[in-house]
Amino acid sequence: MRVQEARMGMKEKLKREKLFILSLFLGFFLVLLVFITLGNLFYKQAEDFSGLIAAATDLVVLKSIGISISMALVSTLIAFFFGVPLAYFLARKDFMGKSIIEGIVDVPLMIPHVVAGIALYGVFMRYGMIGAPLRKLGIVITDAYPGIVIAMLFMSLPYLVDTAREGFKKVDPRLENVARSLGASHWRTFREITFPLAFPSILSGAILSWGRAISEFSAVLILAYHPISAPILIYEKFTSFGLAASRPISVLLISICLVIFIALRVLQRRSK
Amino acid sequence: MIEVRDLYKDWKEFALNDINLEIEKGEYFVILGPTGAGKTLLLETIAGFYIPDRGEVWIEGDDVTILPPERRRVGFIYQDYSLFPHLNVEQNIEFGLKSRKKSASQDTNRKRVKEIMDWLSISHLANRYPATLSGGEQQKVAIARAIAIEPSILLLDEPLSALDRRTKDYLREELKRVKEEFGITMVHVTHDQTEALVLADRIAVMMKGRIMQVGTPHEIFNKPLNEELADFVGIENVLCGVVRNNVNGIAEIEVGTGGTIFAVSEYPGGAVKVFIRPEDIILSESRGVSSARNEMMGGITELHDIGPLTRVKMDIGLIALITKQSRESLGLRNGDEVCATFKATSVHVVSG
Repeated sequence: MRVQEARMGMKEKLKREKLFILSLFLGFFLVLLVFITLGNLFYKQAEDFSGLIAAATDLVVLKSIGISISMALVSTLIAFFFGVPLAYFLARKDFMGKSIIEGIVDVPLMIPHVVAGIALYGVFMRYGMIGAPLRKLGIVITDAYPGIVIAMLFMSLPYLVDTAREGFKKVDPRLENVARSLGASHWRTFREITFPLAFPSILSGAILSWGRAISEFSAVLILAYHPISAPILIYEKFTSFGLAASRPISVLLISICLVIFIALRVLQRRSK
Repeated sequence: MIEVRDLYKDWKEFALNDINLEIEKGEYFVILGPTGAGKTLLLETIAGFYIPDRGEVWIEGDDVTILPPERRRVGFIYQDYSLFPHLNVEQNIEFGLKSRKKSASQDTNRKRVKEIMDWLSISHLANRYPATLSGGEQQKVAIARAIAIEPSILLLDEPLSALDRRTKDYLREELKRVKEEFGITMVHVTHDQTEALVLADRIAVMMKGRIMQVGTPHEIFNKPLNEELADFVGIENVLCGVVRNNVNGIAEIEVGTGGTIFAVSEYPGGAVKVFIRPEDIILSESRGVSSARNEMMGGITELHDIGPLTRVKMDIGLIALITKQSRESLGLRNGDEVCATFKATSVHVVSG
């Protein structure tokens, strides 16, 4: 094989790979956009290394990053618990009004996040439709941890449901039929056949959903400004003290998330 | 034993219509039909993957019409084998044992899996994953997985269609062996007539969601009930005629293309259709003396080679299938006058 490849001239090689080279060339612009933006951020921060150290040892900063990551995780777990069954149902059943439900699930993808935040606030505030009865039970949503989670959940739900649904669709229903004929109940078939085969997609959806939840700003801002989460702290520092004050927190948040998500993708590839 | 009574099921773009079947215990039953006849849907309905709109399914004397598939003790094998891709061969075969025998220990299950793997000579594949197996190997694993749970019935949906010829021949024998060894009632769906002929105790021909004819292979291939069925089983000679006389069960039929054909038939008179298989017609240079009751002279209009055979079309509306060697030794050419001979027992008569 290698010997044959060596016989090909550079020109022939390029000719064979023409479409790939074009794809890489065009796709490179997108990568460049992200790389330059983040690269610039990191580069500028490198000049002010002491600022980064100061941020990394500031308890307020660390707490806000901790809140963002952990509340996003809670939001993703809730999305997983309710979203995976919904995705399974949508993938396997046809019914009247299915498109409507699918449309409703996808609404958070289209509406401006600030609109979603205002709408959520209307429902979950003290006198809101859900907020008021919960308040009687002593549960406060706005400006509290549950508010952060609900805002994140609302905005990140479609990523998990849509990806999981496509994953379930890819599992051949005949595998489920055979499992049933072998005596497995519907539940056991789901647990041992359908779910494990759809799992890579579900995990992918969960990762997207988690990432989306961490990055949520507008909706969280309106529903729960406090306890202060990372994007809000960054915004606050930016408006009060400027770029130099907000940048180290951004760099810190991005670095931590990058490590987590690369690790998750590696894990996902292994599980396949 | 399986009984399907007045079964009807509508899928909007397709429907199973008025299906009635009785399949005996231990029988090898083949459902034969062209693609799109609804064979798979019928099989899946018997397995319980669908609930019919009307009608009933009975298995071993029990009404199972609304019973979920896991409680029917019916093995199912698909054309593409449908092995669980995330489980290895051993785990695939063990899957059903885990749900059926709650009391059985893991050791008992393992022993049973090993026995079946030995019996089908696939023990060496135990730790392999389905994606690494050939089609034939995958189908053997699928068979092993299905029979591991000792089903009373095995439903097979085109189980040999995706295989090369040698593997197909080999697995056909394995399927027979499964039936003999375990006494399982086999219901096998196929569009392949040879497969049906070789395997079946009885055949049901299915077309457009309906069962058209049920019978022994001989009945299906030689005594089709109508012209559509005759065409499907490859009876190329369909002649219209009128019964003029019937003496001792031999009907004398005047055919539209001219001439008279003798047939073993009870028809006393009236318009009929006459079916003759092309391979039942013997060609010779001239009339001779033989026991065959029918002799017709005709000119050759077309000669067409199909593999080792030659299809000979004649101007008297008959098509004969002979070997290439016969064609060469007779020196047949277009326009030659030949004598077509066939027995009265080779002629099947239906009302026209």
